[in-house]
Amino acid sequence: MDKVLGDKIPEFNKKEREGGGVGLSSMSALGLGDHRTKFEALIIALIAVVIIGGTELILELRGTPQYVFPRPSLILTALFTEWPFIWPHFVTTMYELLVGFAIGGSIGFVLAAVITQFPFVEKVVTPYILLLVTTPMLALVPLLILKYGFGSEPRIIAVALASGPMVMINSATGFRRVDLAKIALARSFGASTLQIFTKIRIPMAMPMIIVGLMVGSIFGLLTTVGAEMVGGAEGLGNRLTYYSALIRMPQFFAIILILAIIGISIYVFFFWLGKKWASWEA
Amino acid sequence: MPRVAASARPKMVVDRATKYYETRSGSVHALDNVSLEVREGEFLCILGPSGCGKSTLLWSMAGLHDVSGGEIRLGSEKITKPHPEIAMIFQDANLLPWRNLFQNIALPFEIKHKRPDQARISQLLERVNLNGFESKYPRELSGGMQQRASIVRSLAVDPSVLLMDEPFGALDAFTRDEMNLLIQEIWMETRKTIAFVTHSITEAIFLADRVAVMSARPGRIVAIYQIDIPRPRPVEIQTRPDFIERVLTIKSRIEHGRGPAAGLAIT
Repeated sequence: MDKVLGDKIPEFNKKEREGGGVGLSSMSALGLGDHRTKFEALIIALIAVVIIGGTELILELRGTPQYVFPRPSLILTALFTEWPFIWPHFVTTMYELLVGFAIGGSIGFVLAAVITQFPFVEKVVTPYILLLVTTPMLALVPLLILKYGFGSEPRIIAVALASGPMVMINSATGFRRVDLAKIALARSFGASTLQIFTKIRIPMAMPMIIVGLMVGSIFGLLTTVGAEMVGGAEGLGNRLTYYSALIRMPQFFAIILILAIIGISIYVFFFWLGKKWASWEA
Repeated sequence: MPRVAASARPKMVVDRATKYYETRSGSVHALDNVSLEVREGEFLCILGPSGCGKSTLLWSMAGLHDVSGGEIRLGSEKITKPHPEIAMIFQDANLLPWRNLFQNIALPFEIKHKRPDQARISQLLERVNLNGFESKYPRELSGGMQQRASIVRSLAVDPSVLLMDEPFGALDAFTRDEMNLLIQEIWMETRKTIAFVTHSITEAIFLADRVAVMSARPGRIVAIYQIDIPRPRPVEIQTRPDFIERVLTIKSRIEHGRGPAAGLAIT
C-alpha cells in the first residue's frame, strides 16, 4: 500500500482531478432537480388534480364499466375497504424486499469495498458482476421455486441477486475514486489502513454508494413483485394476479397505488439520505 | 525586532536520498543523491522548476513514501513512516469536503484517538481570523480561508516540524501575499522548523532563512542561498533593488542548472 501510493505521487495532481471528476453529478442526476418554488409545486399539484379529476369525470360521463377502468374514487374506496385484507400481503412484500435487499446490499457493499483494493481481482470479477446486473434475476424465480417452494425464500434470494450487484457496481465506482492527496493527509497524521477506510474512502464513495442503494432497492422492489406474480399465494404481486383474475379492478389499481407509494418512498428516503450524507458533492 | 539566529543544530537531515519510481512508461529518476539539512527553528525553502522532484523530497521527509537509497532522519530517528512531530500542509488546502471546518481541524485528533484541544483550536482560529466559521463547509470558504484552516489543522496538534508543499500555489497574488505574511508571523511566534516547497523565487526569498535550489529531474540540490534580510519582512520589500538582485541571481542559477551541463552544476 505504501509503495503503490508512493509510486503514483508525482502524477497525483492529474489523477486527482480526473478521479474527482467521475460522477461528480451522480447525486444531482438522481435528484428531483433544483429546489422548487412554491409556484412550481402548486402547478405540479394542480396537474395531478386535473388528471385525477378529469379521469373521474370522463369515466363517469362515458359510463365506462369498472372492469375496463375503475374511477379514481372507486380505487381509493377499494384501498380503504380492502386494506385489512391487503395489509398481510403488504407486510409479506415489505419483509421480502427488506430482507433480500439487506442481504444483497450488504454483500454488494462489502464486495465492492474489498475488491477495489485489489485491481487484479476487480478486473477479473467485474465482468461476472456485470452479467448479474444485466441478467433479469426474475428469470431465475421459477428455478428457485422448484428448489425452495412457494414461501418467501426464493423471492428473498431473487431480490438479493437483483439488488446486490447494483449496489456493488455503483459502490465500486465510488471506491475507485481515490484521492491520493486526501489519503496522504490522513496518513501524515498517522492514520491506520482501517482509519483511512472509515474516514476517507467511505465518505468519499458515499455519493455513489447511496446511488447504488437507491437503484438496488428499486430493482429489488421490481423483483419482489415479479417473483410474487410467478407463484405462491402471498404478497402484493400475488394480489395483482388474484384481483385481475377476478376482474376486481378497483382493488387491482389500489395495489398498484400502494406499489407506487412504496417506490416513491424508497426514492425519497435515499434522496434525503443523499442530502444528509453526500450533499457536499452536489 | 532582530531575530536570534537559528541554531546550527540540524533538526532534520536528508542524507544522500535517491528516489526512483515506476510508471507505466518505465522507471523515473526523481531524486539523485540529495543531501540537505533543516536546522532547528529555521525556515528553509526548497525551490525548483516543476517536476524537479521537490515535492517528492518533501513527501519523503514526511514519511509518506520511502526513498530508494539514502535515508532521512528527524534528530537521530530514521523516518520511514509519518511521524507525530512532523505535520504536512498540502497544495490546495486539502480539506475534506464532507466535514465542516471544525471537523476538519479535529481530524488529526480523531486519528490519534484524542479529544480535540478546544482551547488551542479556538486560539489558532482567532489567530488566522477564522473564528465564527467553525460550522462552514470548505466549499463555502475562499481559497485563502481554506488554506488558513489547513494551517490551523496542522498546528493544532503542535508538531515541531512543518512541511509545506506549495501551499499557496493555487491562490491569487493578493491572497498569496497575505498568506506569506501570515506564515511569517506564525513562524516568528511559534519558532517551528519549516521546510517550504515552492516554485516562486520571490516567495522563497521573502520567506526563507535559506533557499535550497533544486535542478530539473533528476532532482539535485544545486545551490543553497543564505537570506539575511531582517524580519519582519514587509511585502514591499519584494520591489527593492537588492531583493530583485537576489531573485535574478537565483533565476540565472536555475536556468544554468537546467542546461545540458546540469550534472556538473552540483556545488
